Amino acid sequence: MATVESTSLPVKILTLALAGEAFALEAEVVREILDIVTITDVPNAPAYVWGLINVRGKVVPLVDLRVRFGLTRSDFTIDTRIVVIELDLDGEPTIVGLLADKVYEVTTINTESIEATPRVGLKWRAEFIRGIGRRGKDFLVILDIDRVFASDQQAFIGDNTRNNEITRFVHAG
Amino acid sequence: MAVSLDPIATFRIEAQELFEHLETVLLDIEANPDDKDLIDSAFRAMHTIKGSGAMFGFDAASVFTHHLETAFDWVRKGKVAISSELVEVALVAKDHMRILIEHPDEANSSDGDAILARLAAVIGTAPAKVTLTRAAASQNPTLHKSATYRICFRLPVNALTSGNNPLGLLDELRELGTCTVTAITDDIPLLEDIDPFTCYLVWECLLSTEHPRSAIDEVFIFLLDDMELKVDIVEPDGRRLGEILLDRQAVSAEGLDSALTSQNRIGALLVKEGLVSSDIVTAALAEQGHLRGEAERAAKRENAGIRVQAERLDELMDQVGELVIAQARLRQMADAGKDIHFKALVKEIERLSSELRATTMGIRMVPIGALFSRFRRLVRDLSRELGKEIQLTTAGEETELDKTLIERLHDPLVHLIRNSLDHGIEAPAEREAKGKSREGVIHLSAVHSGAQVLITIKDDGQGIDPLRVRAKAEETGLIPSGTDFSDSDIFQLIFQPGFSTAGTVTSVSGRGVGMDVVKKAIDGLRGSIDVTSTLGVGATITLKLPLTLAIIDGLLVRVGKSRYVIPLSTVEECVERRTVDDTISAGFDFLSIRGELVPFLRLRSLFHVNTPSELFQRIVIVSAGGGRVGLAVDQLLGKHQTVIKSLSKLHAHVPGFSGATILGDGSVALILDIPHLIDYGQTCEAHSRAS
Repeated sequence: MATVESTSLPVKILTLALAGEAFALEAEVVREILDIVTITDVPNAPAYVWGLINVRGKVVPLVDLRVRFGLTRSDFTIDTRIVVIELDLDGEPTIVGLLADKVYEVTTINTESIEATPRVGLKWRAEFIRGIGRRGKDFLVILDIDRVFASDQQAFIGDNTRNNEITRFVHAG
Repeated sequence: MAVSLDPIATFRIEAQELFEHLETVLLDIEANPDDKDLIDSAFRAMHTIKGSGAMFGFDAASVFTHHLETAFDWVRKGKVAISSELVEVALVAKDHMRILIEHPDEANSSDGDAILARLAAVIGTAPAKVTLTRAAASQNPTLHKSATYRICFRLPVNALTSGNNPLGLLDELRELGTCTVTAITDDIPLLEDIDPFTCYLVWECLLSTEHPRSAIDEVFIFLLDDMELKVDIVEPDGRRLGEILLDRQAVSAEGLDSALTSQNRIGALLVKEGLVSSDIVTAALAEQGHLRGEAERAAKRENAGIRVQAERLDELMDQVGELVIAQARLRQMADAGKDIHFKALVKEIERLSSELRATTMGIRMVPIGALFSRFRRLVRDLSRELGKEIQLTTAGEETELDKTLIERLHDPLVHLIRNSLDHGIEAPAEREAKGKSREGVIHLSAVHSGAQVLITIKDDGQGIDPLRVRAKAEETGLIPSGTDFSDSDIFQLIFQPGFSTAGTVTSVSGRGVGMDVVKKAIDGLRGSIDVTSTLGVGATITLKLPLTLAIIDGLLVRVGKSRYVIPLSTVEECVERRTVDDTISAGFDFLSIRGELVPFLRLRSLFHVNTPSELFQRIVIVSAGGGRVGLAVDQLLGKHQTVIKSLSKLHAHVPGFSGATILGDGSVALILDIPHLIDYGQTCEAHSRAS
């Protein structure tokens, strides 16, 4: 998962909107796109995985990308969608739902048009971003979906007092 | 899904079972060296491995096994006596055979030669070079085939006066196998003519036995010359009464036909027509019953032998799970409508799916005995290595558990048994000095308790010293010194990572890894561990496990807008309580139930629910860790068959939930993990007190 590939290759991407900005993720990880379904709250869960949904008989965690990127939760609109993706979590294939404000389209982008993430001037958490793509006049924020999930353990331990205690035990022992 | 029909793979599975059987039998032989049946059983297992091994091209294994088989043949014939050295060599040889069959490439032939040399030394011969022709090896490995004999005998007239007891003879026949006995009383004269010393009875016995025909003659060996004895082999098919009578020449074919035409119970008819006596019909009926019984038993034996791939069972379980969910939705639809016929149909489907669920679960249940017997070798080998004398006793081998559970229990149990062996039980001299028997005992038992299984590992060793555990825990900073802890809390510390009180590191244990792994594994199975110990007398570790990992009965409750499932096995009762009685408190409160103070946890505050609360709260009383705790919820929604779906890694650390399930309306509900939820509640309470 290098940041920018030098050779020019067309990549299929799915474009979606979060807080008014256009994002993209590789289309090959996407399984389906759902309208909003009943979401079950998971009390005391990390804020960005506050829900569970039923996707064809499977219990699937719902990741609120807005929260993951440090924004607040927003109310659902008629455009809100759930993008169901499949990815590897610590070696286990896992199905995850991503909450998006709006889904645009599946399209292709040339890897050469992806630029490295600028260090400043970005309101998003840069570690989750692979680069900035350009489509016409618009910018596309290309997500690094593996990184979005990679550091979740770290983020999580801070949320949970009980785990803090266990960690303390571990360090002490 | 691809079905593997590879004969070699099938052979390997069979061989694995034979090896397990052989190991058990060898260990039994060590305990009872005089038991001929055990020696025969070991011999048969070796013979089968040799024969089918050669058939499937495992020549090296076959030739190797031949030597062992020869040794045991000599034992059978009394040429060589069983010694513990012979059993030892046989066990090592068995391990080598296993390598030869499972990983032929890794097998080291010099290892094999060394074993054979040892074997030869034990039985006192030079190892003969054997080459095996495949034709010889592929002979049928079954030594005795079960057959059914019809035995008809009349004792000599003077049998009773010459000291023979017919009942004794019948008992001897019964010992040979399944035996149905009928007495024919036709020859008994009228009362005034009876000579009380004469034996008038004739007996007919149906005997299904694996023993050869000669065994029957042996029963009558002292009477054979003077008595009438007729032994026929009976084909075990479900024959009609008429055919049996015909076969015995008790009735002619014409007589039978004429009787049959009147279309009545044939036995009664034949008797009525005076063609046969009622006793003979009774005997024939008994034969019919006996043969039917045999046929059923044979059918059962065949049923027991179906091999199913594990993944297929898992798939079936998944599908049944989906069915249960779909059925719950159907039920909801039926309840909403008014169509009576539809409702009746839904009831029917509900019954069927719950039966299907029970059967599927039943398929996955296997007795734990097979797991227990795998530890006998472990205990035997380890106790030798450590120079201890330890006996492993087991109970409750027939207790059935989900197969995945049994597989995942193996490693934790190995850890626990090793621990008992190494730390628990003292060396023989030390035991004698303490006034105990030289031989220590580790007792492994399993028993069902409601929807749970309790597995206990009990030893009569030195027990766990709470003071040492405490000192160690304080030394490593696990607990602050001087805190008040009960003994059972102290014992739980041994499950912390990196904890070990063993002074020295042995090859067996003492490295401080292990107990935390055990704890993790048991937690993963939604089970719990309990430790009790009396210093100097022994320690008992009890594992409490759910019967299955797949489906549970749950109580569906509502807290705020969300619904949760409480495992019904933990629920003791439900009570109601006015919400206005609440004092403002985040954690535990107490409730008086029939004079007993029960702490209760408000799930509303634990789950941060902001919706206005109901006028009344329902409190579900659950049992947890030996105590009773209440869980305050907003509403009880009823019983729910819950298909457990595990949570993803993203939610793995969320406290208090063991999984999730899909409800009838398609939405997801979380399943409460009672012990962890209560722990979490306690932590929260401690926090709110502190701040």
